[in-house]
Amino acid sequence: MRRNKGWKLAAGVVALSLAAAACGGDDGGSDSSSTEAPATECAETTPVKLQLQWFTQAQFAGYFAAIDQGYYAAQCLDVTIVEGGVDIVPQQQLADGAVDFALSWVPKALASREAGADIVNIAQVFQRSGTLQVSFKDSGITSPADFAGKKIGNWGYGNEFEIFAALTKAGLDPAADVELVQQQFDMAALLAGDIDAAEAMTYNEYAQVLEAVNPETGELYTADDFNVVSYEEEGVGMLQDAIWASGERLADEAYRATAVKFVAASIQGWAYCRDNAQACADIVVSKGSKLGASHQLWQMNEVNKLIWPAAGGAGMIDSAAWERTATLAQETKNLEGSTVLTAAPDAEAYTNDIVTEALALLDELGVDTKGEGFAPIEVTLNVGGA
Amino acid sequence: MSSTITRPQRTSFLTPRRLRRVALFFASLVLVAVAWELYKVVGPEAGGKIFGWKLLPRANDNAMPHIWEMLERYGRPEVRGSDRKIWSVVLAGAWFSFRLALVGFFVGTALGLGLSILMARFKVAERGILPYLVLSQTVPLIALAPLVVSWGGKLSIGDWTWPRWLSASVLGAFLAFFPVAVGALKGLTSPPSASIELMDSYAASWWQTLRKLRFPAAVPFLVPALKLAASASVIGVVVAEISTGLKGGIGRLIIEYAREATSDPAKVFTAVFGAALLGLAMSGFVTLADLYMMRNRPKEANA
Repeated sequence: MRRNKGWKLAAGVVALSLAAAACGGDDGGSDSSSTEAPATECAETTPVKLQLQWFTQAQFAGYFAAIDQGYYAAQCLDVTIVEGGVDIVPQQQLADGAVDFALSWVPKALASREAGADIVNIAQVFQRSGTLQVSFKDSGITSPADFAGKKIGNWGYGNEFEIFAALTKAGLDPAADVELVQQQFDMAALLAGDIDAAEAMTYNEYAQVLEAVNPETGELYTADDFNVVSYEEEGVGMLQDAIWASGERLADEAYRATAVKFVAASIQGWAYCRDNAQACADIVVSKGSKLGASHQLWQMNEVNKLIWPAAGGAGMIDSAAWERTATLAQETKNLEGSTVLTAAPDAEAYTNDIVTEALALLDELGVDTKGEGFAPIEVTLNVGGA
Repeated sequence: MSSTITRPQRTSFLTPRRLRRVALFFASLVLVAVAWELYKVVGPEAGGKIFGWKLLPRANDNAMPHIWEMLERYGRPEVRGSDRKIWSVVLAGAWFSFRLALVGFFVGTALGLGLSILMARFKVAERGILPYLVLSQTVPLIALAPLVVSWGGKLSIGDWTWPRWLSASVLGAFLAFFPVAVGALKGLTSPPSASIELMDSYAASWWQTLRKLRFPAAVPFLVPALKLAASASVIGVVVAEISTGLKGGIGRLIIEYAREATSDPAKVFTAVFGAALLGLAMSGFVTLADLYMMRNRPKEANA
């Protein structure tokens, strides 16, 4: 009898804790669109899931702004933003059908497409590459030619091809002329002197060094302490954040119409962030980003620079930049001798049809989609990005 | 099982032995802290080499912040301008992950027990299943995590959709079920044939033998298995959180704080200690279960 009672007790504990976990577990995960939007005459709203490449941060501010400002709701979309993680491959989640749209860098997404994922670039949000190679002034590295004989940090995982392209262009042999070092996604190795030049995104890692205290002066490092090589300026920039859709589902009229509305409202969100950088940084913080306030604003400002001005209209895929990216992806060999792509991407890998319709939609609404008058703001970083 | 075993005396919870254990635990914490600070004093600032191998870790404040800096960091806000102190954020994260690990632990234990009963009942099941169980544990968790998230993202039954946190619990269960299945199988098959034959002579059914003989005999094997399962479920959940970027837990905090390692190194350690606390809480939970399950056994067996 005693034993019987014991089992019952154990079963009770199990049930209780399961219930507790089930009730409380819902506060994590994703962010559904709040209904702050003015009530529009939507017959029905379409649920849409967008997969980010990483956690909530200003790199994705436009989408959060579009939720916050009700732009998606005005298009009768109920957008849920799904955060990324270390091992989440956005274009894979898209190809698997777990989400409706995904953000991805172009070379990586094209590699997935070559491997069989039916995904299509429907809007090139970032018009420029934001990858830098950052080094201390005294290393004297001002161009890729100066990489010779130096320890060059790179992230690997397909983020290293701009470095290899720059080396090849400068006439250096990546295998023999430089020492390539796998780098963490932070700048500790550069500050500790383990590497001579570190790979950095303008909107993130570069800010990290400017938020660190220089032990010699007791003050923050300044831009004057560093040399910066921009791969975009070196002519080897590859296209980065773009909105990808399912190629198979684009044949479906309803999904295609959703894609047009989604791209339009997203660009409207980015236009809002262009004109209201501080407000957008605040929106991202309110959505649960753990990055400090000044780091967030810095990121917002740098991301704006990658998007605006957009000569052909935001989201338009510039065929020259596309060709350059595709060519570099085919020709640049990494240390293992492999390239991102083995053949040229097919013509269906991107389409400007959807973004063209989206921009027309925004013109009707009177949204400036070119941002010719865009001027970046000045951001002062604080210790630790606080 | 046997009438010659004397029941242990019911004593108060705070025996001198237990008090001493608690004291030793805290003493060991202090020792670790002292060793840490000592190394900071004598260790090389920029790291050192032994026989040409870079073995000695850097002792500078960036790589090894002072203990008091870490403790002091708990009292300051997570980000400037926020009124949430970091200790409450870390505690909330650990509690979130604890609940996920608990779900993983119970699901894994139930699954492990079910499999072990199946394997104990049918020899052919043991031959068929056991190799695959071993094989399952060689699948890297980080390869599995995105798959589970992706499957979950498509799954919905009626109004119920797969919550994202469940993926982390499933991965915790995936690690937790294995030691339980193997340990319980060993325990369920441990009674000597004389005991089994005795049950047979009573014309006891297989289920009766299971309940009256095999289960009680399996308990000493289950206790270490459950301890392994508890820590495995924590590892599974934390790794899954890191891997899939699940918001709210301690794994996510670790990776988010790690990105600020360049300028705020003490912050990373606050989250790491949170993960350690999570592990302690889970093993404490299992120890309680252990005390309960072993309450009628002689103390010698309680290793």
